[in-house]
Amino acid sequence: MLRNKNKLMLGIPYYVWSVIFIVIPLFMVFYYGLTDKTGAFTFENVSAIATYEHSKALWLAVKLSIISTIICFFLAYPLAMILAKYAKGKSSVLVMLFILPMWMNFLLRTMAWQTLLENNGVINTMLSFIGLPRMTMINTPGAIVFGMVYNFLPFMVLPLYNSLEKIDPNMINAARDLGANAFITFFKVTLPLSVPGIISGITMVFVPALTTFVISTLLGGSKILLIGNVIEQEFSQTNNWHLGSGLSIVLMIFIIISMVIQSIADKDGEGSVL
Amino acid sequence: MKKFMLALVLAAMVLSLAACGKKSENGKVVVYNWGEYIDPDTLEQFEKETGIEVVYDEFETNELMFPKVAAGATTYDVICPSDYMVDKMINAGLLQELDFDKIPNAKKNIGAQYWAQSDQFDPGNKYSVPYCWGTVGILYNKTMVDEEIDSWNILWDPKYSGQILMQDSVRDLFAVGLAKNGYSINSTNEDELQKAKQDLIDQKPLVQAYVIDEVRDKMIGNEAAIGVIYSGEAIYTQRENSDLEYVIPKEGTNVWIDNWVIPANAENVENAHKFIDFMCREDIALKNFEYITYSTPNEAAQKLIEDEDIKNSPIAFPDLSKYKLETYLYLGEDADELYSKLYKEIKSAD
Repeated sequence: MLRNKNKLMLGIPYYVWSVIFIVIPLFMVFYYGLTDKTGAFTFENVSAIATYEHSKALWLAVKLSIISTIICFFLAYPLAMILAKYAKGKSSVLVMLFILPMWMNFLLRTMAWQTLLENNGVINTMLSFIGLPRMTMINTPGAIVFGMVYNFLPFMVLPLYNSLEKIDPNMINAARDLGANAFITFFKVTLPLSVPGIISGITMVFVPALTTFVISTLLGGSKILLIGNVIEQEFSQTNNWHLGSGLSIVLMIFIIISMVIQSIADKDGEGSVL
Repeated sequence: MKKFMLALVLAAMVLSLAACGKKSENGKVVVYNWGEYIDPDTLEQFEKETGIEVVYDEFETNELMFPKVAAGATTYDVICPSDYMVDKMINAGLLQELDFDKIPNAKKNIGAQYWAQSDQFDPGNKYSVPYCWGTVGILYNKTMVDEEIDSWNILWDPKYSGQILMQDSVRDLFAVGLAKNGYSINSTNEDELQKAKQDLIDQKPLVQAYVIDEVRDKMIGNEAAIGVIYSGEAIYTQRENSDLEYVIPKEGTNVWIDNWVIPANAENVENAHKFIDFMCREDIALKNFEYITYSTPNEAAQKLIEDEDIKNSPIAFPDLSKYKLETYLYLGEDADELYSKLYKEIKSAD
């Protein structure tokens, strides 16, 4: 009994935190999203996603974040395998090296890419120096995908690394002993065992990529409107919090779907480990 | 237990609310101004002379500033909105009348023509004191453009595809589309706005980026050939890159004034008046002009400018009678909504 009480007391900061910073803001988003300026109940703000500009922005955001997530996955998986293969001491230095850039401000790193990708930027200057034609890289959808991949890659690498590192090397040895070649071992043993890492990596890249507005503003020259930009503008410029919240609710549905998929897949993952 | 926790949460919320609601003069003045729009030395000098601590915050467009002030999350003491936004804020009841007895330098130093101009959006000059003014025009790089520019139409010339920078704020973007067609930049006529919108959508493939403060750096760095920019930035950019030239297009444009105002919920009203008065002093206005190069309405400061070229510069102090100029007016909520809707359509177009 006493232990239970203590546990509850320890939980209080967490409860207070989640009420103030999660429950109340969520409630406010739903309140604004489902009312109009007079305070009357309406679904208009949510159904506004169907208008051409909004659905286009949502579609574009989904498309670009799926592309970035796929690229991140294929870049991160081999890297995570290399990291997991190294002995403990060495790999922690490598992981650290990998996380190091993340200590720098996200905005600064994105602005640095602006300077690199510009028409007279570092990359183009180097290209023309060695006699190659200049490329238009900045202010294109490609630049936005690039920015997403660059910024969110660590979020894919780390969960993959965690799940790969947990795989018992004896499993792989056993597979090899029983006659599976490296190829089959990978697809029959390593890959299935890393599914929880894959799923959480995908969620951790896809969700921030879907909602970003900073990357598309900085690297897209404000020419490409993603759903994150639409919502940001409704709050900060148009001052229509109702529409902004309504569209946020739609976005939340997308995020919840991907979280549900994650939790289902994670359960399967745990089951197969046991 | 549950009840106890609920009580705790409620107590925490009440406490935090009480902390927000505290209202008193605290020896500070909280200033909310445009980005890079003041000489930081003048702030230091103000602190030294008056002992009032300046808390300084910046915004990038009027539209970004308004929701923050309207929501009242942060209470500012002095803000610097533009003409139409002053009007909108007066209408929304966000401003308080100024006590001009406490700002003697304002009426003494600022020219009558500027008061007359601000009378358009602040009838009777009760709420605002002009700080800087200027026009919106075209800045171009003479090495990349080898023709005389005198019209907005150059921004639709496919020759300069990917070399054009447009302003990323509703009114300044529409002003270009409207002025090009010979319409008023304060138009609320839906047909005219649709035409302007269509022109701006047609122009979009030629545009390199929609930016605000970055126009200056990109033009200095030869990133673009032509950019829409405020006249105040033109002198600064020319100092940095002598190939740049500024023109006011013949179809006309916007002449704007940015003004000091005190919001209705200001906590340090006394200090705010002191701050505005300090900014109106001729030596301070001169210092700011030389630093930010935005035209000052402070005639006493204008007389003190030593550089004859700048003093007679047609960019800093143009002969306003020579151009077709309009000041932005607040167009009301319905028009605001229409502008925002059309703006979104432009930004969403391919």
